[in-house]
Amino acid sequence: MFELVVLDSALRMATPLILASLGGLFSERSGVVNIALEGILLTGAFASILATYYTGDPWVGVAAGIFAGILVSLIHAAVTVIFKADQIVSGVAINLLAAGATQFLTWITWGSSSNSPPVVGMAPWSLPEAWGPVARGINVVIGHYPPLVYVALVAVAAAHVVLWHTPFGLRLRATGEHPGAVDAIGVSVRKMRFAGILLSGALAGLGGAFLALNTHQFVKNMSAGRGYIALAAMIFGKWNPVGAALACLLFGYAEAVQMGLQGQQVPSQFVQMIPYVLTMVALVGVIGRTRPPAALGKPY
Amino acid sequence: MPEKNAVEMRGVTKRYPRVLACDGVDLSIRQGEIHAIIGENGAGKSTLMKILYGMVRPDEGSITLNGKSLTGHSASDSIRLGLGMVHQHFMLIDPFTVAENVVLGIEPVRAGLFIDGRTARERVERLSSEYGLALAPDERIENLSVGLEQRAEIVKVLYRGADILILDEPTGVLTPQEVTELFVVLRALRESGRTIIFITHKLNEVIELADRVTVMRDGRVTGVVSAAETTPAELARMMVGRDVLLRVERREATPGEAVLVVNKLSAVGRKGTHVLDHVSLKIRSGEILGIAGVHGNGQTELVDAITGLHATSSGNVTLSGTDITNLRPRTIRDLGVAHVPEDRLERGLVPEFTVAENLLLGHHHRAGYSKRGLIDVAKMEEHARELIVEHDLRPADSSISASHLSGGNQQKLIVAREFDGAPALLIASQPTRGVDIGAIEFVHTNILKMRDAGAAVLLVSAELSEIMTLSDRIAVMYGGRIVQEFEGGTVSEEELGRYMTGAAGAEAAVEAEGTAEATGAAGGTA
Ligand SMILES: Nc1ncnc2c1ncn2[C@@H]1O[C@H](COP(=O)(O)OP(=O)(O)O)[C@@H](O)[C@H]1O
Ligand SMILES: [Mg+2]
Repeated sequence: MFELVVLDSALRMATPLILASLGGLFSERSGVVNIALEGILLTGAFASILATYYTGDPWVGVAAGIFAGILVSLIHAAVTVIFKADQIVSGVAINLLAAGATQFLTWITWGSSSNSPPVVGMAPWSLPEAWGPVARGINVVIGHYPPLVYVALVAVAAAHVVLWHTPFGLRLRATGEHPGAVDAIGVSVRKMRFAGILLSGALAGLGGAFLALNTHQFVKNMSAGRGYIALAAMIFGKWNPVGAALACLLFGYAEAVQMGLQGQQVPSQFVQMIPYVLTMVALVGVIGRTRPPAALGKPY
Repeated sequence: MPEKNAVEMRGVTKRYPRVLACDGVDLSIRQGEIHAIIGENGAGKSTLMKILYGMVRPDEGSITLNGKSLTGHSASDSIRLGLGMVHQHFMLIDPFTVAENVVLGIEPVRAGLFIDGRTARERVERLSSEYGLALAPDERIENLSVGLEQRAEIVKVLYRGADILILDEPTGVLTPQEVTELFVVLRALRESGRTIIFITHKLNEVIELADRVTVMRDGRVTGVVSAAETTPAELARMMVGRDVLLRVERREATPGEAVLVVNKLSAVGRKGTHVLDHVSLKIRSGEILGIAGVHGNGQTELVDAITGLHATSSGNVTLSGTDITNLRPRTIRDLGVAHVPEDRLERGLVPEFTVAENLLLGHHHRAGYSKRGLIDVAKMEEHARELIVEHDLRPADSSISASHLSGGNQQKLIVAREFDGAPALLIASQPTRGVDIGAIEFVHTNILKMRDAGAAVLLVSAELSEIMTLSDRIAVMYGGRIVQEFEGGTVSEEELGRYMTGAAGAEAAVEAEGTAEATGAAGGTA
């Protein structure tokens, strides 16, 4: 089961999860629950295929995915931060809206109610062979993945540095813990929460772009619960980037194993349950105390 | 000489939907003085300070800060002009370190991007040693005592370069020792040329510390006096608008049979720690046992364990000889235990319910108030009308929701309900927290009345003066144990304070073991 193929596909499965869960992290660290990740992934996926379809350039598709993610998260930010509405309700509404809207637009654009035509994907990255045996060695171990896989891994490290070593990260985390204290020292809670949510949208939109470009097309409801799994991974990883990424790899691995098991004795539904079961185990404190940001879910 | 004043507020008015929080307030603070603002709860002190600080927008009025006129300013504007505020409810982030809390918002950076942790720590250390604050920069806030948290707040304000400091009710949460230490720090800050605005409702503190005093009542200024030329009685009159009893009359206790006997009671808290550690005590009918202690030393759990709200792990509780250990709260209440809980909005009331409904809660299932599972509304209303008249609840309207009452009247409502029906044991936890002098007088008088009528009273309070005025005996709790017991009137606040902080606890704890044995034996035979 530890065949290279499985590991390889685990990393690909984990990439959109990692990007989305980093997104969830920035939002939740600012104190806003972002269950809309699911809808943002889906919208990002759709936008990236749409842009790639018309320009023929997957990088334009990536930009479109990010942009669409930001737009959707802007709705969530306005509803929850300015109008102080319930964050869960807003997220669920966005998810329903995204599912309907992407399907409708698929039909308008391509005349199909289920999927888009195929588009060009991203060429995998690897170091030039001419660089010598070291480069070749690196290629064998971690080469030949689509660029966004590397972007996701770099994003994990970057998120860690931003959250724990920059003034922005300190203020963002402070906003999620005690917005009143942030307000009292003259830092705008509204700005910090907007920043957290929009970053969340950008990252999840990017995740959606990877999801779609990796399969070279948009398929209705292709996010298939990954937004929720990403949220689960974030909780399992105790609201830390590295922890969340490891949880995503674990869940990605489970997904890859499940694909390998298809047609065998184990019903795939059992494997699909793994992320959720693990999350509940995490929530009841088996892996040590988990502590969500103190002001999570509370409008300010 | 306007340039001599650090703060000038003129005609400041703030209306909230239900109250006029500030009503044309004038306030002048001189450069370099300690200026006290006193007033009862709800007088508008915090609102006035939040307006000055820029967290609340006034409806009318002008503000001058360090010679600069301010309109529509924000907190960051006033911080820039040298104003700092230590809020009544601390504005600290628990999982962050002291240094992180201090620099938040004005972080020192290196390479233009990253927080410079070393500089942050050094600045905290320097400020802390300059004023003798003894703060460790890397300690997390959640591990600090309240006194140290307050110091972290002070350093936070100083780090922002404040030369005018507002402290909103800074002593409410401190032990007597911590208050003394705070005053030393505040005097040192005045020496260094800073101006201090000190908000309180404790009269003695004002006389001890302040240079001048502004008194507020119902959103208005009722007097500005020099602290050296006034007396607590005069200040109280300006605060309340009439002469008040600063100390209630009490007669000697005439204790009878033992009512409550707690025998080596232990309990485990949520984090698995021993929140109660072999606590033994005995209260007889007609006497008041006061429990003194810094919040979080097991008082809450003790009350909860007796009333059936917190499971115990060993030991037992008897009420007039009946074992009530770990019975259901309702059963315990029905056996004659009344409970004024420490958090009135959390456990004392259902704020959305009407006054009449709240007055019935806990009695609702008893004969006369309900029939076949249905509440007799006419009886409920009649009961409410009686209690409202008897206890002078205001407004005298049983149909408004309890959330619309002032804190003082909410507390009076709870007292009216709990004291109804001659309970054998009365447990009052922080019965006057956050209520005005008038309501304090009411609560204290009623507690003594219950005692004289033969109830056993367990009084838990963080307010030492309350413990000292009411108690016939005083027990001090520290770290989940009773470390010492005193006869009422035989001990000073300072001595209690030493036991409360554990400073005098070590050898006393051993003694307490001894008394615990004795009390336990007595309880067994009672
Ligand atoms: N944000 C608010 N909304 C509505 N009423 C408020 C608000 N803040 C304070 N009040 C009311 O204004 C009055 C003054 O409150 P406050 O300034 O906190 O008094 P103090 O600090 O003197 O105890 C009180 O009646 C309080 O209920
Ligand atoms: Mg106040």
